[in-house]
This record gives sequence, C-alpha cells and structure tokens, in this order.
Amino acid sequence: MAIGAKRLVVGAHYGLRDWLAQRLTAVILAAYALFFAVYVAIVLSTKGALGYDEWAGMFVPVWSKVLTLIAIFALLYHAWIGMRDVWMDYVRPTGIRLGLSLLTILWLVFCAVWSAQILWSV
Amino acid sequence: MANETASARVRPQFRNLGLAQIRTYRLPPAGIVSILHRVSGVLLFLALPLLLWLFELSLKTESTYERLRTTAGNVVVKLMLLALIWAILHHFVAGIRYLVLDLHIGIAKEPARKSALLVLAVSLPLALLVGLRMFGVL
Repeated sequence: MAIGAKRLVVGAHYGLRDWLAQRLTAVILAAYALFFAVYVAIVLSTKGALGYDEWAGMFVPVWSKVLTLIAIFALLYHAWIGMRDVWMDYVRPTGIRLGLSLLTILWLVFCAVWSAQILWSV
Repeated sequence: MANETASARVRPQFRNLGLAQIRTYRLPPAGIVSILHRVSGVLLFLALPLLLWLFELSLKTESTYERLRTTAGNVVVKLMLLALIWAILHHFVAGIRYLVLDLHIGIAKEPARKSALLVLAVSLPLALLVGLRMFGVL
C-alpha cells in the first residue's frame, strides 16, 4: 500500500482484519447477550420458574443450539485476538510468545469442540 | 529553557513502565477503564474451562444441576463467581464504550473522560448489586 508519493507500507495486512474481527465478534456477543436476557425473561414469564427442566429446555431447539454455538465461536475468536495482543505486548522472547500463542489456539479449539459437545448432548 | 522555575519541581518520569512504578503511576479514568478491560478479558479467558464446566454441569442431568447449585452456595465459589460477573460486566460496558469511540463519537478529551467515568459508574454498582444479592443482603 502506497502512502503519499514515496512511502511504501508492506506487511501481511492482518492488522485491520483482526481489528475489525474483534469489533464484529464483540457486536455478535452483545447481541447474543441481549437475546439471551429476553429469552430468559420469556421462559420465566411463561413457565413461572427456572429450574433444571426449564433451563435445559432452553437449549433443546436446534436454533437455540446454533445461535449459542455461533456466540461461543465469536467469543473464542474474540478471545484469540485479545490474548494474541496480550502476548505481543508483554512477552518479548519470540519462542515463548509463539509457544503461548500456539497453546492459546489449541486451547480455544478444544473449548469450541467441547461447547458443541455440551450443546448437542442436551 | 524559558520556564526554569516550573521544571525545578522534580516530576516522576515514566518511560517504559516497570512493575515497581505501577503504584505511583496515576492513570486517568480512561486509562483505568482500559487496563481493567484487559484484566477482565484475561480473567475471563483463564476462567473459560471453569465456565464451560459449570455450563456442562447445569445441562447434563438434574442431579448435576443440583450439585452445581450446592457448590455455588459455597462462599469461596461465590466470591470467584462474583469476580467473574464483575469481569463480564466491566468488559461488556467498557466494550460498548470502545465500539462507540470507534464510530468517532465522544473522542474529544472531556467527553471521553466522562464516558470512562460512566463505565465505572455503571459496572461497579451493578457488580455490587449482584454481590449483595448473592450474599443474601438484598
């Protein structure tokens, strides 16, 4: 990308993409939080209480599972960008930084699989 | 230097902030909101296994659900959950402030200072309210 007549900016250009992804996932999470608050309010007002049956029942419909999983995936991607920034800011040795980044990715992927398994066993 | 008398007062200098200097470093409200946003984010990341495990217990069977209710009655668990609830509240409210700032709304010094104070004025009392309810005061 050329800035002005002479200065040429080179790089992988993932900065803007990650910055934007962090905001988009944040919007998804905020929207899901609002949706979930309304969902709980509806269940409470129609069923009168929120015991095990009502709570587990909220995650039985497939659309509920899918929406929740989308929100969890958004959360994990959001967490990846945030933790990557933290490692880049505070951990200087490249080897340790890469190791921590790798562990973070593996851990988040594990959480993604785990949450899908939790949701689809209801 | 024209202003020799003003510079005579020894002012603390912070170039690359070290751990030992954190206590004496006075952050403006926006800075406090910013570092707490980071701290709450890391806290929530570290708590992911705990949160997913609790979510699993709450959904698996009626007996694991009841076990969760008993465990959540423990004072230490309550305090941990309260810390996480604060983290979610702060991250949520401060995050909305950042999204608004990204739209170039309220980015001047004074409105940005006020919105930072507003974030703290919303997230802290809400966390306090949840805490009081958790411990049966309210």
